[in-house]
Amino acid sequence: MSEVTLAQALNGALATALESDDRVVLLGEDIGRTGGVFRITDGLRDKYGQERVFDTPVAESGIVGAAFGMAIAGMRPVAELQFLGFSYPAYDQIINHVARIRNRSNHRFTAPMVIRVPYGGGIGAAEHHSESTEAIYAHIPGLKVVVPSTPSDARGLLLAAIEDPDPVLFLEPIRLYRAVKEDVPESYYTIDIGPLRVEREGEDITLVSWGAMIKETRAAAVTLEESGVSVEVLDLRTLSPIDHDGLVAAATKTGRVVVIHEAPRTAGLGAEVAALIQERCLYSLLAPVKRVTGWDTIFPLKRSERHYLPTVERIVRAAEETLEA
Amino acid sequence: MLTLIYPDGTVRDRLPVTLEGMRRLYAEMVEARTYDHKCMALQRQGRLATYAPFEGQEAAQIGAAAALEPGDWVSGTYRDAALMWRAGYPWRLLVAGRTGDERGGEAPEGVNVLPPSITVGGHMIHAVGLAWAESLRGSDRVALTSFGDGATSEGDFHEAMNFAAVFNTPTVFLCQNNGFAISYPRSEQTRSESIAMKADGYGMPGVVVDGNDVAAVSSAVGSALARARKGEGPTLIEAVTYRLGPHTTSDDPSRYRDEDEAAGWRENDPLERVRLLLERAGGWTREWQDELETQAAERVEEAVTEAEALPDPTFEEMLLRMYGTPTGPLRAQLGEADR
Repeated sequence: MSEVTLAQALNGALATALESDDRVVLLGEDIGRTGGVFRITDGLRDKYGQERVFDTPVAESGIVGAAFGMAIAGMRPVAELQFLGFSYPAYDQIINHVARIRNRSNHRFTAPMVIRVPYGGGIGAAEHHSESTEAIYAHIPGLKVVVPSTPSDARGLLLAAIEDPDPVLFLEPIRLYRAVKEDVPESYYTIDIGPLRVEREGEDITLVSWGAMIKETRAAAVTLEESGVSVEVLDLRTLSPIDHDGLVAAATKTGRVVVIHEAPRTAGLGAEVAALIQERCLYSLLAPVKRVTGWDTIFPLKRSERHYLPTVERIVRAAEETLEA
Repeated sequence: MLTLIYPDGTVRDRLPVTLEGMRRLYAEMVEARTYDHKCMALQRQGRLATYAPFEGQEAAQIGAAAALEPGDWVSGTYRDAALMWRAGYPWRLLVAGRTGDERGGEAPEGVNVLPPSITVGGHMIHAVGLAWAESLRGSDRVALTSFGDGATSEGDFHEAMNFAAVFNTPTVFLCQNNGFAISYPRSEQTRSESIAMKADGYGMPGVVVDGNDVAAVSSAVGSALARARKGEGPTLIEAVTYRLGPHTTSDDPSRYRDEDEAAGWRENDPLERVRLLLERAGGWTREWQDELETQAAERVEEAVTEAEALPDPTFEEMLLRMYGTPTGPLRAQLGEADR
């Protein structure tokens, strides 16, 4: 057990995967010599060699397409794309090839591969570097989408993603890479892809979030508890497949739900959560499901970022309105 | 351009294939053409979904596949049925796929032929990854990817060629330049004199071969595969051929091409030149031709019967094809079958 950041936990998980499974290879832009733009693969090329950790040309479609071929041939490739905003050249590979091969070959060929992508805002980054477009990936049948928000989840979910027989898009919240530290076991362990994590148990209201927004959601829960409200916080952590039963259980228990995400509101995953809850447990609800989200705008540059990202205050206000309804 | 058998059936130098080998290649081209004609007819009867005929390209496809070893990877397109078949993919599954059945994409165990790519160009890089994996494992399997001239305009062509060269993967790129990207002629697609010369920019050899000459294609692809197997890296082969039929059963080529041009290419038929060669060498008779055609028709007919006899996939099968283990939402949807 050692106290590590989310970034270190990911690095450790990749090292463990390289160590324990010789089918695992890493490929991506700048991941070898420099350890990647966020240093998540730092030191791995030196330790595991150039035959396991590949620096590639700048070509997202090529990286994902080559990883896909490797996966079909029996390897366990882990590809890195530098930012979610840079992932779209690979979108064709993901939606037309990676996510479909099991279906179009009736299980004969599969793509057990992981595509790791840093995502999300809050660090005043350049344009295209702050996007949170998880919904356009969660909408793809055949793909799984995972987002850890804690170091121990990051390790267990990444190892599970690498073991998974199907392709996994693994989104890493940039803002949390070095913002949290936690004791993480050094052993090999996995966390099932699918089930959500109950971050905090409570009785009066359920806050649902994932990725970096867990931080504000947690802070909002603390504020609300100070005024005597018992708050349940759910970290969805797998966006596809969504944990229907976990969401329904929590919504049934508290009857009041707020979903928080940094992606734009329209057709964001909050809509899926709200729709699912009203379908499955409308009569247990004491108030409409509320969404606290980014706006329907392009993710703004640094000087407008504070207008965009959901704040603790917005979450608390939405929760209070839900409690009063 | 490499030609070994001229359209009049005469031979340049000596053929790298025995007479018996040539007879086999010929028989395979006859069978492939039989399949192609049958599929066109079935589509007209409403028994197949859209079909993309390969008539005119039999030499390019049979010649290339004949050079493969069992277990080699193939990543091709919707027009590559002859290539896939020669690489071990049964007609039955090819027909099944065209009837609109995902089970048609399930290559038999040991046949490493991917389901044909329907989108253009994205599949070339897969042959880079496949070959890369094989070389990392130290196996001597290689990968062949087949695509048309149109696909070379896609950005993915660049990424695939570049990755293959950079990582020295044992990949053979086979471009069947059939003259058109649907209606857009090769002459307008690129200012390059040839497609093969693009290989230069990636630091790999590029070869132009007469795509209607089965021996030349087989020889060129065979050399490229051998080179790949020795660890010497990828090769781009441009097989110059012509699509005698429409792009697909939904296309009308008279809207964009001079039928005189197509007629000229009919004179340059890939089967006819081999027939002439065999006839001159005493390896072809009318009786043998009839026998080939009859046997091919029987085999294709049997494949059609088997494909059409498959019961429609069930609702459950459709949902269960998505993941190794069905996800929670899919399990819930399985329960909605009767609702």
